[in-house]
Amino acid sequence: MGIMAEPALRSSLPQRLAHNGLPIAVVLAFVLAFWYAGAWAMNAPGAIERVLNRFEPAGAWTAMDLFKATMQMERPLLPAPHQVAMDVWSSLMDWPVDSPRNLLFHAFVTAQSTLAGFVMGTALGLVLSVLIVHSRTLDRALLPWIVASQTVPVLAIAPIVLIILGSLGFSGIAPKATIAMYLCFFPVTVAMVQGLRSPQVIETEMMHTYAASKWQALWFLRLPAALPFLFPALRVGVAAGLVGAMVAELPTGAEAGLGARLLTGSYYGNTVQIWSALAMSALLGLVLTAAVALVERLVLRSRGGV
Amino acid sequence: MKKTAIILLVCVVCAIALLQFLPAVGDAEGKISAPIWPACVLLGVAAMFSVQGVASLDGQRYGERFVALLTAALFGLWLVYFWQVLVMAFDVPRVILPAPSLIAQSLADNVSKLWGDFAQTVLKSVLIGWTLGCALGFAVAVAIDRLPFLQRGLLPIASLTSAIPLVGVAPIAVMWFGFEWPSKAAVVVLMTFFPMLVSTLAGLKAAGKLELELMHSYAANYWQTMLALRLPAALPFMFGALKVNATLALIGAIVAEYFGSPTRGIGFRISTEAGKMNMPLVWGSIVVAAVTGSLAYALLVQLERRAAFWHPSIRGK
Repeated sequence: MGIMAEPALRSSLPQRLAHNGLPIAVVLAFVLAFWYAGAWAMNAPGAIERVLNRFEPAGAWTAMDLFKATMQMERPLLPAPHQVAMDVWSSLMDWPVDSPRNLLFHAFVTAQSTLAGFVMGTALGLVLSVLIVHSRTLDRALLPWIVASQTVPVLAIAPIVLIILGSLGFSGIAPKATIAMYLCFFPVTVAMVQGLRSPQVIETEMMHTYAASKWQALWFLRLPAALPFLFPALRVGVAAGLVGAMVAELPTGAEAGLGARLLTGSYYGNTVQIWSALAMSALLGLVLTAAVALVERLVLRSRGGV
Repeated sequence: MKKTAIILLVCVVCAIALLQFLPAVGDAEGKISAPIWPACVLLGVAAMFSVQGVASLDGQRYGERFVALLTAALFGLWLVYFWQVLVMAFDVPRVILPAPSLIAQSLADNVSKLWGDFAQTVLKSVLIGWTLGCALGFAVAVAIDRLPFLQRGLLPIASLTSAIPLVGVAPIAVMWFGFEWPSKAAVVVLMTFFPMLVSTLAGLKAAGKLELELMHSYAANYWQTMLALRLPAALPFMFGALKVNATLALIGAIVAEYFGSPTRGIGFRISTEAGKMNMPLVWGSIVVAAVTGSLAYALLVQLERRAAFWHPSIRGK
């Protein structure tokens, strides 16, 4: 506990920044330096072959020329960080939001199926957990299969979901959302089963003395007690849903979405495009998790909690 | 006990009878004759009762784990059975949903092909990647244990990676390391590294103050404390990461095969056979992947029971 309490004591902002911000900045700087060094090392052979050998007298280039060339190649093996940042920035700024060259458009498409799957998965997880908590039969019959379901890799079920839903007349967002749901519902179910069972014996007995029905006990005791378990699971779930949505875009032959962007980038060997799609998906993942964290804070505060 | 046994026996007899009756029904040009529906519904209700009966067996007498296992197995069996019956009764095209018998058939017919896929994806990419990624995460966590500055810098970043779809590096890995297994293993290493790092760091903080002070009073040095107290205390955390990573590793390797692979591998098989609409073999590959994942998970759970037998969460069972 002593370790946990320490940061809370250093309450002033500058102190906290120095305590946590500085180490993070140092690590990030190291990553960036490493990245630049990697870009230089990995791109050098290609740069010599494709760019520098065009110099009139062969071999008449300096180390500085080489460094410059590795930093701004057309199709580098490893694009330099600023190349990726500039590609993301120009796609956001130079093109209208509804253009397929704007990464925000692709992020929006992926976010749509992620969120649809997230909502469906959360609902499914809640229903399953309530059923499991109230029935010993389902607890024993269903829970092991729910755990087993997650050992089936998502990409494996994607083509099947696509074909089954396609033959039922669903296409577009539905298959992707279903695959996102498949990854989302699991953390919610497991955490909620734990959370709904978290009330102490004394509390459940008090509900009993109030002659509360099962539903009342669920609504007034179990669900509020499960909230602290629910939100961490939702954060995990939304991130998992994003993976599901992106992976689902691969075999569905989607034309839009961050996963599709990765696939076309790899088809055409357009490395900068792959990296910027990757950067955008990281950003989207962080935004989605932050949004869930924000809702968590609002809900817990409105309940007079933390 | 007796009642459950009788229900089970009746169920099994009826189920076999229904299965015998089915082909005759299906022959009538896909038209389902009337008695099929009530028969299915009746059998479904009976199946529910049988699962309930097994679930409420006396756990004290037969062992909690045995009853739980039996219930889950019975439920799974019923699920497969009704899948088979409904697919046969409604004559569902095999492209949409092949019957379990067809899937089993294609599994049996393609043993050598599927073994090649398994060896390629699991024995090479997943196993090597998972081992390397977990070992690296563990090593880095232990290495920076004495450097709180690095910990404060690395931990927030490592935790954030869980919100990022790391599997997206697959096309880059294929570009760098080629179509063979090293590219898949590289994706797996990246995906498994961070969960292991974060969990090990959390686990190393899990040793109680009382125990740490006891080690101090023994004049134990850093490595003695590490080996005798802190690493064992971290085991449950590490096993948590190992289990999560087993699933992540399978996902990573299969997705990476989608961006380019040799002509074998589970991911390759699924995408090519799905393209040929050979759905029974697709389902067969999924069975292989699912069984592999479940076995790995079960193996790790067993290992955890052996290694962390003293932990309260295991001791109780």
